[in-house]
Amino acid sequence: MHRTGELFGQFETMDQQRESASLGMWVFLTTEVLFFGGMFMTYTLNRSTYPEIFGEASRSINLTLGAFNTVVLIGSSLTMAMSVWAASVGKKQLVTMFLILTLILGSIFLGVKGIEYHEKFVEHHVPGLNFSFEPGASVATNAHAQLFFSLYFAMTGLHAVHMIVGAGLLIWLIKESMRGRFTAEYNTPVEMVGLYWHFVDIVWIFLFPLLYLIDRH
Amino acid sequence: MSEHHIVSPKLYVGIFAALMVCTFLTVAAAKVDLNQYFSGLNIIVALVIATFKASLVVLFFMHGKYSAKRTQLVIICSVFWLAIMLFMTMSDYISRPWS
Repeated sequence: MHRTGELFGQFETMDQQRESASLGMWVFLTTEVLFFGGMFMTYTLNRSTYPEIFGEASRSINLTLGAFNTVVLIGSSLTMAMSVWAASVGKKQLVTMFLILTLILGSIFLGVKGIEYHEKFVEHHVPGLNFSFEPGASVATNAHAQLFFSLYFAMTGLHAVHMIVGAGLLIWLIKESMRGRFTAEYNTPVEMVGLYWHFVDIVWIFLFPLLYLIDRH
Repeated sequence: MSEHHIVSPKLYVGIFAALMVCTFLTVAAAKVDLNQYFSGLNIIVALVIATFKASLVVLFFMHGKYSAKRTQLVIICSVFWLAIMLFMTMSDYISRPWS
Protein backbone atom coordinates (compact mmCIF):
# COMPACT_ATOMS: atom_id res chain seq x y z
CA MET A 1 0.00 0.00 0.00
CA HIS A 2 1.64 3.22 -1.17
CA ARG A 3 1.89 5.63 1.71
CA THR A 4 3.50 9.01 2.46
CA GLY A 5 3.63 9.46 6.23
CA GLU A 6 0.05 8.95 7.41
CA LEU A 7 -1.48 9.61 3.96
CA PHE A 8 -2.37 6.48 2.00
CA GLY A 9 -1.84 6.59 -1.77
CA GLN A 10 -5.45 6.30 -2.89
CA PHE A 11 -6.34 9.61 -1.21
CA GLU A 12 -5.41 13.04 -2.57
CA THR A 13 -5.47 14.85 0.77
CA MET A 14 -5.44 14.08 4.51
CA ASP A 15 -8.89 15.63 4.66
CA GLN A 16 -10.29 13.23 2.08
CA GLN A 17 -8.70 10.33 3.97
CA ARG A 18 -10.27 11.45 7.22
CA GLU A 19 -13.69 11.93 5.56
CA SER A 20 -13.50 8.42 4.13
CA ALA A 21 -12.62 6.93 7.51
CA SER A 22 -15.47 8.84 9.11
CA LEU A 23 -17.99 7.69 6.50
CA GLY A 24 -16.84 4.10 6.94
CA MET A 25 -17.20 4.28 10.70
CA TRP A 26 -20.66 5.88 10.53
CA VAL A 27 -21.88 3.24 8.06
CA PHE A 28 -20.52 0.54 10.39
CA LEU A 29 -22.35 2.20 13.31
CA THR A 30 -25.52 2.09 11.21
CA THR A 31 -25.14 -1.70 10.98
CA GLU A 32 -24.61 -1.73 14.76
CA VAL A 33 -27.85 0.22 15.29
CA LEU A 34 -29.70 -2.54 13.48
CA PHE A 35 -27.67 -5.25 15.23
CA PHE A 36 -28.73 -4.03 18.67
CA GLY A 37 -32.05 -2.98 17.14
CA GLY A 38 -33.07 -6.59 16.64
CA MET A 39 -32.90 -7.18 20.38
CA PHE A 40 -34.64 -3.91 21.12
CA MET A 41 -37.41 -5.20 18.85
CA THR A 42 -37.59 -8.47 20.78
CA TYR A 43 -37.70 -6.50 24.00
CA THR A 44 -40.50 -4.26 22.69
CA LEU A 45 -42.64 -7.21 21.69
CA ASN A 46 -42.11 -9.21 24.88
CA ARG A 47 -42.54 -6.30 27.24
CA SER A 48 -45.79 -5.27 25.58
CA THR A 49 -47.02 -8.86 25.90
CA TYR A 50 -46.06 -9.34 29.56
CA PRO A 51 -45.97 -5.85 31.10
CA GLU A 52 -46.54 -6.83 34.74
CA ILE A 53 -43.95 -9.57 34.95
CA PHE A 54 -41.45 -7.38 33.12
CA GLY A 55 -42.11 -4.70 35.70
CA GLU A 56 -41.59 -7.14 38.55
CA ALA A 57 -38.40 -8.52 37.04
CA SER A 58 -37.08 -5.01 36.40
CA ARG A 59 -37.58 -4.12 40.06
CA SER A 60 -35.35 -7.02 41.05
CA ILE A 61 -32.25 -5.68 39.33
CA ASN A 62 -29.94 -3.26 41.11
CA LEU A 63 -30.99 0.30 40.23
CA THR A 64 -28.20 1.94 42.25
CA LEU A 65 -25.51 0.04 40.37
CA GLY A 66 -27.27 0.66 37.05
CA ALA A 67 -27.52 4.41 37.66
CA PHE A 68 -23.91 4.55 38.88
CA ASN A 69 -22.79 2.76 35.72
CA THR A 70 -24.77 5.20 33.59
CA VAL A 71 -22.91 8.13 35.17
CA VAL A 72 -19.57 6.31 34.74
CA LEU A 73 -20.19 5.52 31.08
CA ILE A 74 -21.37 9.00 30.14
CA GLY A 75 -18.30 10.29 32.01
CA SER A 76 -16.14 8.04 29.86
CA SER A 77 -17.73 9.59 26.77
CA LEU A 78 -16.71 12.99 28.10
CA THR A 79 -13.11 11.90 28.61
CA MET A 80 -13.10 10.29 25.15
CA ALA A 81 -14.35 13.52 23.55
CA MET A 82 -11.70 15.41 25.51
CA SER A 83 -8.95 13.18 24.13
CA VAL A 84 -10.12 14.00 20.58
CA TRP A 85 -10.02 17.69 21.50
CA ALA A 86 -6.54 17.36 23.02
CA ALA A 87 -5.30 15.75 19.78
CA SER A 88 -6.86 18.51 17.66
CA VAL A 89 -4.96 21.17 19.61
CA GLY A 90 -1.74 19.20 19.64
CA LYS A 91 -1.58 18.51 23.38
CA LYS A 92 -0.10 15.03 23.09
CA GLN A 93 0.26 14.24 26.79
CA LEU A 94 -3.37 15.18 27.42
CA VAL A 95 -4.44 12.81 24.65
CA THR A 96 -2.81 9.91 26.48
CA MET A 97 -4.18 11.06 29.83
CA PHE A 98 -7.77 11.30 28.61
CA LEU A 99 -7.53 7.96 26.82
CA ILE A 100 -6.29 6.32 30.03
CA LEU A 101 -9.15 7.95 31.99
CA THR A 102 -11.62 6.62 29.43
CA LEU A 103 -10.17 3.13 29.81
CA ILE A 104 -10.36 3.35 33.61
CA LEU A 105 -13.99 4.46 33.54
CA GLY A 106 -14.87 1.76 31.03
CA SER A 107 -13.20 -0.83 33.23
CA ILE A 108 -15.14 0.39 36.26
CA PHE A 109 -18.32 -0.06 34.23
CA LEU A 110 -17.37 -3.64 33.36
CA GLY A 111 -16.42 -4.38 36.97
CA VAL A 112 -19.79 -3.17 38.22
CA LYS A 113 -21.50 -5.25 35.53
CA GLY A 114 -19.64 -8.26 36.88
CA ILE A 115 -20.96 -7.52 40.36
CA GLU A 116 -24.49 -7.21 38.98
CA TYR A 117 -24.21 -10.50 37.09
CA HIS A 118 -22.98 -12.18 40.25
CA GLU A 119 -25.98 -10.83 42.16
CA LYS A 120 -28.29 -12.31 39.54
CA PHE A 121 -26.48 -15.65 39.69
CA VAL A 122 -26.87 -15.83 43.46
CA GLU A 123 -30.59 -14.99 43.21
CA HIS A 124 -31.20 -17.72 40.61
CA HIS A 125 -32.15 -15.19 37.95
CA VAL A 126 -29.84 -16.55 35.27
CA PRO A 127 -31.90 -18.34 32.58
CA GLY A 128 -30.89 -21.94 32.13
CA LEU A 129 -28.91 -22.05 35.39
CA ASN A 130 -31.51 -23.35 37.88
CA PHE A 131 -33.64 -20.31 37.14
CA SER A 132 -36.27 -19.56 39.74
CA PHE A 133 -37.85 -16.13 39.87
CA GLU A 134 -40.84 -16.74 42.11
CA PRO A 135 -40.68 -20.22 43.64
CA GLY A 136 -44.39 -20.38 44.47
CA ALA A 137 -45.69 -18.86 41.26
CA SER A 138 -47.01 -20.53 38.11
CA VAL A 139 -44.84 -22.04 35.39
CA ALA A 140 -46.03 -19.27 33.06
CA THR A 141 -44.94 -16.51 35.45
CA ASN A 142 -41.47 -17.97 35.76
CA ALA A 143 -41.28 -18.51 32.01
CA HIS A 144 -42.23 -14.90 31.30
CA ALA A 145 -39.76 -13.67 33.91
CA GLN A 146 -37.13 -15.78 32.20
CA LEU A 147 -37.88 -13.82 29.01
CA PHE A 148 -36.95 -10.59 30.76
CA PHE A 149 -33.74 -12.02 32.16
CA SER A 150 -32.79 -13.60 28.83
CA LEU A 151 -33.11 -10.17 27.28
CA TYR A 152 -31.27 -8.57 30.21
CA PHE A 153 -28.27 -10.86 29.83
CA ALA A 154 -28.29 -10.91 26.02
CA MET A 155 -28.54 -7.13 25.67
CA THR A 156 -26.18 -6.09 28.46
CA GLY A 157 -23.90 -8.99 27.52
CA LEU A 158 -23.66 -7.89 23.89
CA HIS A 159 -23.11 -4.36 25.15
CA ALA A 160 -20.35 -5.57 27.48
CA VAL A 161 -18.66 -7.41 24.59
CA HIS A 162 -18.67 -4.12 22.70
CA MET A 163 -17.14 -2.40 25.73
CA ILE A 164 -14.39 -5.03 25.88
CA VAL A 165 -13.62 -4.50 22.19
CA GLY A 166 -13.60 -0.76 22.90
CA ALA A 167 -11.20 -1.31 25.79
CA GLY A 168 -8.89 -3.21 23.47
CA LEU A 169 -9.03 -0.34 20.97
CA LEU A 170 -8.26 2.13 23.76
CA ILE A 171 -5.21 0.11 24.83
CA TRP A 172 -3.94 0.26 21.24
CA LEU A 173 -4.68 3.99 21.06
CA ILE A 174 -2.84 4.61 24.34
CA LYS A 175 0.18 2.77 23.01
CA GLU A 176 0.18 4.81 19.78
CA SER A 177 -0.49 8.03 21.64
CA MET A 178 2.50 7.46 23.90
CA ARG A 179 4.60 7.19 20.73
CA GLY A 180 3.41 10.71 19.91
CA ARG A 181 1.58 9.61 16.80
CA PHE A 182 -1.50 11.82 17.15
CA THR A 183 -1.24 15.46 16.14
CA ALA A 184 -3.49 18.30 15.08
CA GLU A 185 -2.95 17.17 11.47
CA TYR A 186 -3.54 13.46 12.07
CA ASN A 187 -5.74 12.09 14.86
CA THR A 188 -8.24 10.05 12.86
CA PRO A 189 -7.84 6.82 14.89
CA VAL A 190 -8.71 8.70 18.09
CA GLU A 191 -11.73 10.25 16.41
CA MET A 192 -12.94 6.93 14.99
CA VAL A 193 -12.57 4.98 18.23
CA GLY A 194 -14.36 7.93 19.80
CA LEU A 195 -17.33 7.48 17.46
CA TYR A 196 -17.45 3.78 18.34
CA TRP A 197 -17.21 4.50 22.05
CA HIS A 198 -19.97 7.12 21.96
CA PHE A 199 -22.20 4.69 20.10
CA VAL A 200 -21.74 2.07 22.84
CA ASP A 201 -22.66 4.81 25.31
CA ILE A 202 -25.84 5.59 23.36
CA VAL A 203 -26.87 1.92 23.46
CA TRP A 204 -26.55 2.03 27.25
CA ILE A 205 -28.51 5.31 27.40
CA PHE A 206 -31.46 3.32 26.05
CA LEU A 207 -30.73 0.05 27.89
CA PHE A 208 -30.74 1.73 31.30
CA PRO A 209 -34.35 3.01 31.35
CA LEU A 210 -35.68 0.02 29.40
CA LEU A 211 -34.18 -2.60 31.72
CA TYR A 212 -33.86 -0.85 35.09
CA LEU A 213 -36.78 1.59 35.15
CA ILE A 214 -39.80 -0.36 33.89
CA ASP A 215 -42.04 -0.11 36.93
CA ARG A 216 -40.34 1.60 39.83
CA HIS A 217 -43.38 3.34 41.30
CA MET B 1 -15.78 19.64 2.79
CA SER B 2 -13.73 19.51 5.96
CA GLU B 3 -14.80 18.96 9.49
CA HIS B 4 -12.17 21.05 11.19
CA HIS B 5 -14.48 22.67 13.68
CA ILE B 6 -12.86 22.19 17.09
CA VAL B 7 -15.44 21.84 19.82
CA SER B 8 -14.38 23.55 23.04
CA PRO B 9 -13.95 21.60 26.28
CA LYS B 10 -16.43 23.99 27.90
CA LEU B 11 -19.16 22.81 25.55
CA TYR B 12 -18.27 19.17 26.23
CA VAL B 13 -18.53 19.71 29.99
CA GLY B 14 -21.80 21.55 29.49
CA ILE B 15 -23.24 18.68 27.48
CA PHE B 16 -22.02 16.24 30.14
CA ALA B 17 -23.83 18.29 32.80
CA ALA B 18 -27.01 18.22 30.72
CA LEU B 19 -26.68 14.44 30.37
CA MET B 20 -26.32 14.10 34.14
CA VAL B 21 -29.45 16.20 34.71
CA CYS B 22 -31.36 14.04 32.22
CA THR B 23 -30.16 10.85 33.93
CA PHE B 24 -31.36 12.15 37.28
CA LEU B 25 -34.69 13.20 35.70
CA THR B 26 -35.27 9.83 34.13
CA VAL B 27 -34.76 8.01 37.44
CA ALA B 28 -36.96 10.54 39.27
CA ALA B 29 -39.72 10.27 36.68
CA ALA B 30 -39.63 6.47 36.89
CA LYS B 31 -40.42 6.64 40.60
CA VAL B 32 -43.63 8.60 39.99
CA ASP B 33 -46.74 6.87 38.67
CA LEU B 34 -47.33 8.93 35.53
CA ASN B 35 -49.52 6.23 34.00
CA GLN B 36 -52.43 7.41 36.14
CA TYR B 37 -52.57 10.63 34.09
CA PHE B 38 -52.13 9.06 30.70
CA SER B 39 -51.72 5.40 29.86
CA GLY B 40 -48.11 4.66 28.98
CA LEU B 41 -46.83 8.11 30.04
CA ASN B 42 -43.93 6.63 32.04
CA ILE B 43 -42.42 4.83 29.05
CA ILE B 44 -43.06 7.83 26.78
CA VAL B 45 -41.21 10.15 29.18
CA ALA B 46 -38.38 7.63 29.57
CA LEU B 47 -37.93 7.28 25.80
CA VAL B 48 -38.18 11.03 25.15
CA ILE B 49 -35.44 11.67 27.72
CA ALA B 50 -33.28 8.84 26.35
CA THR B 51 -33.71 10.10 22.77
CA PHE B 52 -32.77 13.60 23.88
CA LYS B 53 -29.64 12.27 25.64
CA ALA B 54 -28.68 10.23 22.58
CA SER B 55 -29.17 13.30 20.37
CA LEU B 56 -26.80 15.32 22.58
CA VAL B 57 -24.17 12.58 22.26
CA VAL B 58 -24.59 12.31 18.46
CA LEU B 59 -24.65 16.06 17.83
CA PHE B 60 -21.84 17.17 20.14
CA PHE B 61 -19.68 14.27 21.34
CA MET B 62 -19.77 12.61 17.92
CA HIS B 63 -19.62 15.98 16.11
CA GLY B 64 -22.84 15.22 14.23
CA LYS B 65 -23.72 18.90 14.21
CA TYR B 66 -20.41 19.77 12.55
CA SER B 67 -20.30 16.90 10.09
CA ALA B 68 -20.70 16.87 6.32
CA LYS B 69 -24.25 16.53 4.98
CA ARG B 70 -23.31 13.08 3.66
CA THR B 71 -22.51 11.93 7.20
CA GLN B 72 -25.71 13.46 8.56
CA LEU B 73 -27.66 11.54 5.93
CA VAL B 74 -26.11 8.28 7.12
CA ILE B 75 -27.09 9.13 10.71
CA ILE B 76 -30.67 9.88 9.68
CA CYS B 77 -30.82 6.65 7.68
CA SER B 78 -29.81 4.54 10.68
CA VAL B 79 -32.60 6.08 12.78
CA PHE B 80 -35.09 5.66 9.94
CA TRP B 81 -34.26 2.00 9.34
CA LEU B 82 -34.49 1.23 13.05
CA ALA B 83 -37.83 3.01 13.18
CA ILE B 84 -39.34 1.06 10.31
CA MET B 85 -38.07 -2.23 11.74
CA LEU B 86 -39.74 -1.48 15.08
CA PHE B 87 -42.89 0.02 13.57
CA MET B 88 -43.51 -2.58 10.88
CA THR B 89 -42.79 -5.55 13.13
CA MET B 90 -45.03 -4.29 15.93
CA SER B 91 -47.85 -3.46 13.52
CA ASP B 92 -47.69 -7.06 12.31
CA TYR B 93 -48.01 -8.43 15.80
CA ILE B 94 -50.74 -6.13 17.03
CA SER B 95 -52.85 -6.69 13.92
CA ARG B 96 -53.00 -10.43 14.54
CA PRO B 97 -56.49 -11.46 15.63
CA TRP B 98 -55.11 -14.56 17.36
CA SER B 99 -53.07 -15.18 20.56
